[in-house]
Amino acid sequence: MSGIIAQNVGRHGGLIKAPEAGGGAWTLIKTLTASADSDLSFVDGTDDVVLDSTYKEYVFKFINIHPSVDEAHLTFQASTDGGSNYDTTLTSSYVLSYHAENDSETSLAYQAGHDQAQTTNFQNILHGTGTGNDEAGSGILHLFDPGNTTFVKSFIHRASTLNTADYNYQNFAAGYFNTTSAVDAIQFKMSSGNIDAGTISLYGIT
Amino acid sequence: MSGIISQNVGRTSGLVKAAAAGGGAWTLIETITASSDSTIEFDSGIDSTYPIYLFKIINLHVSSNNTKPQVNFRDGSTAYDATKTTTHYSCSHNEADNQTWLQYETGGDLAESTGDQAFFYQNVSNVDDAASSGELFLFSPSSTTFVKHFIGRLAVVANPVASGQGYIGGYCNTTAAIDGVQFKMNSGNIDAGTFKMYGLGDS
Repeated sequence: MSGIIAQNVGRHGGLIKAPEAGGGAWTLIKTLTASADSDLSFVDGTDDVVLDSTYKEYVFKFINIHPSVDEAHLTFQASTDGGSNYDTTLTSSYVLSYHAENDSETSLAYQAGHDQAQTTNFQNILHGTGTGNDEAGSGILHLFDPGNTTFVKSFIHRASTLNTADYNYQNFAAGYFNTTSAVDAIQFKMSSGNIDAGTISLYGIT
Repeated sequence: MSGIISQNVGRTSGLVKAAAAGGGAWTLIETITASSDSTIEFDSGIDSTYPIYLFKIINLHVSSNNTKPQVNFRDGSTAYDATKTTTHYSCSHNEADNQTWLQYETGGDLAESTGDQAFFYQNVSNVDDAASSGELFLFSPSSTTFVKHFIGRLAVVANPVASGQGYIGGYCNTTAAIDGVQFKMNSGNIDAGTFKMYGLGDS
């Protein structure tokens, strides 16, 4: 921070110097709204999407994702070739907790069936959402430094959903795309069927 | 937002209108880039300005294999040794697909200890492309009435090579203000990484 107004911290009125590089802002890059879509894709350089070294951290917020097929999972994968292929090798870990609306059952456990070990599969990030009219799931996915060409590309996520048996599922996953190539596109789709409704927004964090 | 400069979003130079009451926006306070550093310290700018501080750790790469990323807090002296009680749990899944776990880390929590809090007690890898990323929230560090809570999580490349997640939460058991946060490894240096500190206003 420098210039004619050097001290911004705590100033709640008047004019201040803009923070360097817009620090602290969540810049909304793109929102995609699903309507019976087979997938939603964010491709760098396409439709105003920025997904490169501009930001050290990107955040996807997926809100009220409603599947066409009961108990389908929202999943995601990364591309290193501009969205031609979503098949980047990844390793991840996956934990699920749940609680029945009738208070009959609870659980917290590692879910070996939903993690990945050096596969090119899509990673589950929303666990078994129901297709009832009011059933949907929401969550947040952080992707770190996708433009980096030295390190793997880490991600962390957390989400909550309502399944068809009236359970709340909370899941959290993390992992890495095991590539030193830049990731330049992300695709979301259901494990089965379409994304009937919902929005996914991409933010860049400075 | 109103007045002569009504649109602040995305403005990275010149003058902007201060946010009303400073609420709702994360303000980037400081960025530190590691380069073979034994410690990364945020030793200024943590005060009563913001009720919540957020630290981002992006691509932390370590010099020594099989080591633990750690955090500690300063409570008025020059030492990062605030007394803490914490919980820590982790999960992992290896690339060979023959080991998974979700467990409470009884060796990695603290009970009224001034020691460093491990972010991932089961150790990380230093292979060339390994890196860890995550975040740490520190709540109301300048309160002189209450203990100081923090929560954090870190996604790591574990050793042996695996995807790992470390979750920590706890409190600095002091009514003295917390005015510094330190990141370090239990052994060796932080070879590379970007560390950012943000403040979030609420009034």
